[in-house]
Amino acid sequence: MSLRLPRIGTSQVVALLAILAINWVVSPQFFDIRLQDGRLFGSLIDVLNRGAPVAILSLGMVLVIAMRGIDLSVGAVMAICGAIAASLADSHSLPVVLAAALGAGLLCGLWNGFLVAVLGIQPIVATLILMVAGRGIAQLITEGRIVTFTSPELAFLGGGSVLGLPTPIVITLALLALTVLIVRGTALGLLIEATGGNARAAALAGVGTRLITLAVYAWCGLCAAIAGVVAAADILGADANNAGLWLELDAILAVVIGGTSLFGGRFSLVLAVVGALIIQAMNTGILLSGFPPETNLVVKAVVVLAVLLAQSPRLKGLGSSLFGRRA
Amino acid sequence: MNAASRLMPVAATTAVFLLGFLVCSLTFPNFASLRVVMNLFTDNAFLGIVAVGMTFVIISGGIDLSVGSVIGFTTVFLAIAIERWGVPPLVAFALVLVICALFGAAMGAAIEYFELPPFIVTLAGMFLARGASFLMSTESIPITADLYSHLADHALRLPGGARLTVPAMIMILVVLGGMVLLHLTRFGANVYALGGSRVSTALMGVNVTRTTIRIYMLSAGLAGLSGIVFSLYTSSGYSLSGVGVELDAIAAVVIGGTLLSGGYGFVFGTFVGVLIQGLIQTYISFDGSLSSWWAKIATGLLLFAFIGFQQATLRLARRSRRHATGGAHA
Amino acid sequence: MVPISSPHDDAPAAPPSGAPLLELTGFSKSFAGFKALDQVELTLRAGEAHALLGENGAGKSTLIKCMTGVVHRDAGRLSLDGVEIAPRSAEEAVKAGIATVYQEVNLAPNLSVAQNLFLGRQPTRFGLVREGEMRRRATAVLAEFDLDLDVAAPLERYSVAVQHIVAIARAVDQSARVLILDEPTASLDAHEVEILFAVLRKLKARGIGIVFVTHFLDQVYAICERITVLRNGRLAGSATTAELPRLDLVRMMLGRELAQATAPAERAPLAAREVAGAREAAFATFENYGKAGYVAPFDLALRPGHVVGLAGLLGSGRTETTRLIFGAAHADSGTATVDGARVALASPAEALHLGFGYCPEERKTEGIVAELTVRENIVLALQARRGVTRPLSRREQDEIAAKFIRLLDIRPPDPERPIGLLSGGNQQKALLARWLATQPRLLILDEPTRGIDVGAHAEIIALIRRLCAQGMALLVVSSELEEIVTYADEVIVLRDRAHVARLTGDDITVPGILAAIAEADPAQPPPAAAGRAA
Repeated sequence: MSLRLPRIGTSQVVALLAILAINWVVSPQFFDIRLQDGRLFGSLIDVLNRGAPVAILSLGMVLVIAMRGIDLSVGAVMAICGAIAASLADSHSLPVVLAAALGAGLLCGLWNGFLVAVLGIQPIVATLILMVAGRGIAQLITEGRIVTFTSPELAFLGGGSVLGLPTPIVITLALLALTVLIVRGTALGLLIEATGGNARAAALAGVGTRLITLAVYAWCGLCAAIAGVVAAADILGADANNAGLWLELDAILAVVIGGTSLFGGRFSLVLAVVGALIIQAMNTGILLSGFPPETNLVVKAVVVLAVLLAQSPRLKGLGSSLFGRRA
Repeated sequence: MNAASRLMPVAATTAVFLLGFLVCSLTFPNFASLRVVMNLFTDNAFLGIVAVGMTFVIISGGIDLSVGSVIGFTTVFLAIAIERWGVPPLVAFALVLVICALFGAAMGAAIEYFELPPFIVTLAGMFLARGASFLMSTESIPITADLYSHLADHALRLPGGARLTVPAMIMILVVLGGMVLLHLTRFGANVYALGGSRVSTALMGVNVTRTTIRIYMLSAGLAGLSGIVFSLYTSSGYSLSGVGVELDAIAAVVIGGTLLSGGYGFVFGTFVGVLIQGLIQTYISFDGSLSSWWAKIATGLLLFAFIGFQQATLRLARRSRRHATGGAHA
Repeated sequence: MVPISSPHDDAPAAPPSGAPLLELTGFSKSFAGFKALDQVELTLRAGEAHALLGENGAGKSTLIKCMTGVVHRDAGRLSLDGVEIAPRSAEEAVKAGIATVYQEVNLAPNLSVAQNLFLGRQPTRFGLVREGEMRRRATAVLAEFDLDLDVAAPLERYSVAVQHIVAIARAVDQSARVLILDEPTASLDAHEVEILFAVLRKLKARGIGIVFVTHFLDQVYAICERITVLRNGRLAGSATTAELPRLDLVRMMLGRELAQATAPAERAPLAAREVAGAREAAFATFENYGKAGYVAPFDLALRPGHVVGLAGLLGSGRTETTRLIFGAAHADSGTATVDGARVALASPAEALHLGFGYCPEERKTEGIVAELTVRENIVLALQARRGVTRPLSRREQDEIAAKFIRLLDIRPPDPERPIGLLSGGNQQKALLARWLATQPRLLILDEPTRGIDVGAHAEIIALIRRLCAQGMALLVVSSELEEIVTYADEVIVLRDRAHVARLTGDDITVPGILAAIAEADPAQPPPAAAGRAA
């Protein structure tokens, strides 16, 4: 037993540390953290803070992908829920605002889950519908304007701080803890991994795969709603056109970087969040290094390719065994 | 699915378009004119061109998320090549088409050789193409070449003040060419076969790798052509142009009756799907009081309706086939 | 010379003689140490239909794949018309003159019949497919097989039989000399089988050699001149149809080699029954239970401490029966009763809650979740029954895994190893553990000893006896008749998707079961018709 495989996740953590180190080289103040008005400031805090929406999204997305699905609509759902929160913020109390926004997200998730689990539509197709229509719905709510609000309670969720940490970071950590509790504290995690790994075997072992699918998409919708509220609270407003734009892709990327295969099965919640932080650390690093922010997308593309190539022998093995199974 | 039910989605799409046109004509007095139709063609030419490529991709069982970014890349490349490097426009056109086709070939090769889902490979392609255009320029660069103003003015004058513009002509040619390629060539048959059953297609001796590479080449090449047309509208190159076009193109293909899981579909259906999307926009602009976000909601509803319809027919077909074969346990 | 047991007049009396068309010798192939093929040989003459028979895992598919280059053989020579050939892909095999038509028709169902016939070699002019010419040629090709189709219509519009003939026509039109038909009749009804056979007779008359894989014995006697039987990757025998009576054939397919290391203990089910308290009342009964086109309605009673064996050839409805009982397929007739109450058995989850357990035959695709650990695979069903909100703690999981790893001697004894890395026998034991952990009242085992090594084999048999003694009801599907007779209290014989005989007590003997399986149905039509009269 001396030869043990490296612990899963080592490579992600090493990658994150390497990127942070590079950031430190290009910007020596990178790790400087100062306390000002009871809130921590600094580039590192910035990475965590700005990475929060994608990290929150990835907490829902990782479960969907582990079930061999995908949810393209999370960006649009963010826009819807952000719009609801911003529209209600100044006229209603915070609990009402949150209930409305999160309820809408849950409803969106249930809709996706219904299409996938009950109607049997492929996930990529089913969630495409809300991806297209969702932004329109968001604009319907904001009536095409950029809705701003002043409610300090809601603003706190984006710009405030708890014990010195910016609220988005606290929310991300809390949601991570809650998700871990729900998924690993119950049998859900095992049943998701079994279903994603081999749906037929799981069904024959008596796992109720349909209900789990529904629940997982609903959770993904809820996470998108939280991300939408945080993003809206951060900018004190909702822009239906741009809120959460392309973030579904970042969330998928974060999950894939976090080592969860697009073919379902084993997943890691913590590593999905690490994946989100890797993406954000790269973004910040590019900004700090003085490269134009436009470089970002090219770097992201290179990362996607690198991750895909790194995974490809595994994917290839899996692909050919699936192929063989079918033949 | 028999021949009638194969044509049904396209027939339904066409009926939806005609019905929509009728509603528009009854609502707005000057709507029913050749001019409005020609404008519909012109305004949606870039979408029509790229959607033809997407039709091939989707029928073969794939998806191409990179086309919007490729359009953006093309406009910026053209602007820089023509304005900064002084490349003659026609040479720049040829150059950009070659680049785009090679880009598509690379994506197709990656999908084949690494056995990766097309979705994730073209996602990387999307980032890459958009990033490349950002790197070239983040500003909108006006194109002042004579050819551009010439092409913009050039149009076939039709009765009733209607104009068949160059973009519209290109789209019509692409649609016709796409129909010939898909329905009348060996390549087209291979595209359908791939979407029907990849394993069988390989066993029947079709070179699956080559076919896949060509399909993504075609899609990216048409996205390049669409970018050229897009730059004609705006006489400029802008790295943010074409954002979200891939979604519109996929929606047009699905509304046009093509099955997203592959194997079934017609270029003509896609064409009508593009026109329906254009019609919704036109309705909104004629109405004046409606906001443009209704277009997205309407498109979403249509998507849902058509996907639901497809799912239902597929299930029916599967059930009847199972019945016919005696439900043998495989 | 009249075939002894063939009910068909048209069975050819004498096989064609002369030089072999296709000759393969010394074919061997191992997968990860497991010998899938061991020194197999086969000789096919022109104009001959040669049946290739054997149970699941006998090596038929591997042999075909090695012949057509889809799988690379470890050793062996293949010659066509005396010339040695070595195709490296299905495409090359077709070029050499060997074409294969699979049960799952390998054509594009969404393309037209004509396109399917000519895909990749359509007649063209200036790069455009000459649709009219292609349709004319397609019609002509199909006319040779007395098939009059709308060749412009999509292939999926036609029945599977027609699709098979189109696939055959495509192969023959590409100048195939040898045609391999892999279970072409598995999903055809009697009439369709006749149409297909008419085509095959035409092909034989044209001098084409046919390798015919099937599990319908009547069809073998109706169309084939020669039979080769494989068992456990080895040649079990080869003879002309006329020389091989049906009973001998079944024995050849199912019989156990004398040299087998683990001679099973002698029959002792009675003892088991004594322990459990004989003649306990049935807790689960099925009356007139069946599904059209799947398995004909049957009656079945399951008692604690009582083993029911399901015997029959591959495709006879054994697996189908187990799937109906476990709720993986839905009956459309009859009633199921558990503890006196009617149950719907709408899903495996429901069967699980009734105390049923099921080890499927397809271990890799339907049993294990390869990337999960042995521990996770073992606790899966128990966890599914407890529900999401009542998770087994890690300690409970560890205890359960450790207990069963010890009890069943799963190796290596590492609960945290991905189950995909274990050998077949140990995977099977882990799957047994998955169900034993739920303490089922009924355990359904579909071919529990297939494809696993000798040691594990004996252990699983011993386990079946032990479970039975503890009062569990068992329903076991097995092709190993010698095994079944040692532990079964009741054997149900299936043929052609119907339960045809029920043996109890001293009637449970290998010859008795063989006779029931082989018993030819004297009436036409061939067997495919039975049980699918929908």
